[in-house]
Amino acid sequence: MQIGGDWRLNEPVPAWAGVFGKEAAANVRVVPENLGQWDTSLVLFLVHGRAWCAASKKEFHTEAMPENLQALLRQVPVSSVTKPPPKAAVRLRDLAASTGEKWAHHAGQNVSFLGECTLGFIGVAKHPCRFRWLDCLVEMQQCWGSSLPMVSLVSFLVGVILAFQSAIQLQQFGAAIYVADLVGLSVVRELGPMMAAFIVAGGTGARFAAQLGNMRVDEEVDALETVGISSVNFLALPRLLAVTVMMPILALYANVLGVLGGMFVSATMLNIPASAYWIETQNRVGFSDVSSGLFKCLFFGLAIGLAGCLRGMKCERSAAGVGTATSSAVVTGIMLVVLADALFAVIYNVLGV
Amino acid sequence: MNDDPNVPVIEVKSLTCGYGETVVLKEVTFAVHAREVLFVIGGSGCGKSTLLRCLIGLLKPFQGDIAYYGKSFTAADAGQRRNILKTFGVLYQNNALWSSMTLAENISLPLEEHTSLSPADRQEIVALKLTEVGLAGSEELYPSELSGGMQKRAALARALALDPAIVFFDEPSEGLDPIISREMDELILQVRENFGTTMVIVSHQLSSIFRLADRVIMLSHETKGIIAEGAPTELAATSADSHVRDFLKRDDDLPDRVNKNSAGSDKLIKNENKT
Repeated sequence: MQIGGDWRLNEPVPAWAGVFGKEAAANVRVVPENLGQWDTSLVLFLVHGRAWCAASKKEFHTEAMPENLQALLRQVPVSSVTKPPPKAAVRLRDLAASTGEKWAHHAGQNVSFLGECTLGFIGVAKHPCRFRWLDCLVEMQQCWGSSLPMVSLVSFLVGVILAFQSAIQLQQFGAAIYVADLVGLSVVRELGPMMAAFIVAGGTGARFAAQLGNMRVDEEVDALETVGISSVNFLALPRLLAVTVMMPILALYANVLGVLGGMFVSATMLNIPASAYWIETQNRVGFSDVSSGLFKCLFFGLAIGLAGCLRGMKCERSAAGVGTATSSAVVTGIMLVVLADALFAVIYNVLGV
Repeated sequence: MNDDPNVPVIEVKSLTCGYGETVVLKEVTFAVHAREVLFVIGGSGCGKSTLLRCLIGLLKPFQGDIAYYGKSFTAADAGQRRNILKTFGVLYQNNALWSSMTLAENISLPLEEHTSLSPADRQEIVALKLTEVGLAGSEELYPSELSGGMQKRAALARALALDPAIVFFDEPSEGLDPIISREMDELILQVRENFGTTMVIVSHQLSSIFRLADRVIMLSHETKGIIAEGAPTELAATSADSHVRDFLKRDDDLPDRVNKNSAGSDKLIKNENKT
């Protein structure tokens, strides 16, 4: 067989079986004939030929080919009928066992992190001067600054949507003024704190996880530990405190914007003057409504901070690990906020707040 | 601190460690003596970094004991642990400078944590340490504003902040160009001369090994333990294990291999011309 011309991987390569077809040659000798540029495609072709010859008990000679091509052919062992690796069979029982193990591992990590945080806070209470107050203030500022635009927009729109939806129903009964009650109560008790918490979870919680995760990948957390500084005290506590303090403040701001949103709809669509809307809101929404909403925000903030710091500090040491940690911090944060909110709904109901 | 020369600075006794259920090192025993420069070498994945992480307390060993100046580190309570942590500095492979702080803050944080020096004194020490590593005047720079070599020196300055008796190095010349890596070696020698520091260095860099090491221990992936121990030149010449000799073969021992390679490539070029 004569082989010539250019052999390129990105151009079509003839199949060995197609070259010979049913023509029965006794032995095969490959000879170069005006062989131009060649690359692995020629090697592949000849390897196929060698396998074909071996299968049909023929001799295969390549001695006439360039020396470096022969060397490459020798590197591919004769027996390498390469098979793709078998797909790992996933058995349900193994999957269940490994998932169970993972869960147990995570649960252990979470509990130990919570314990470390608690001990850390006790330590801060004993020696307040050793706390990183400056870091805490910087985090507060960042939390406020990064959340403010989104909180403004979202809570104003939530007020608008609520007012709009309820107005359609209430107008039918000539009870349009009660839009103020509905918007006021639902925003102050539930939606203001919730919306603020979601935005903080998506912004600040994610930032904590990404920051701490990156610090872990770059061994910065290890460097702290070997200097004798507890990474929880140094990194997690200032952030936890910052987000716990900022959360009620942001929620209060969200409440104001939500009520303003309702007021805007009432004034423009329902022809209820802003002063009447305000008086109605004041009559219906009491101090206990506002404070109950803000009180649970402390726990929302704590939950978001814990989720962010925990995911960041237990992050896997890779770029993908930081990504996973960040998204998981947001998901965990939002889930914890909703769980806490449900819990508070029951508690407030029992207490009659 | 215990200054008895007979007590080894670091003593590792039948240390077994690993991650999860994988054992990386099994029954490893060795000692490091005062003012000694010990290199830990071995192929990739043989557990060098794992050993280092155990020594500096980032990884809890499965079994065995690590003692500093005769006092157990593995069994130490929080207070003793802190005291031991004070005696050593670590230079990490990725430098691990705290990226949100300036160099001055990076270097003064260990001082803040372990000493009662006044801020002015700390500032003085920071300037001194930075000068020592050739970075005078860069106090207010952030790590991200420095080149790789400068970051490495800054990290060394931080590791030396407390004038530790022991310094651990994880791949000190990894990713540095040959000139800077030589400067790094000079710096290491200089520190040892000035302070009599004991050093444990994890590295592949042959030139550094022969320039700096008093003794090397070589770990092996197969035996999960130490396969050779001794002075590098001695090991390279007389070790019974051919793997050890191969590992420590210096470039100037390889002239014929280099020639053979270049002859091979000549032939390749000729062939190409022919075809």
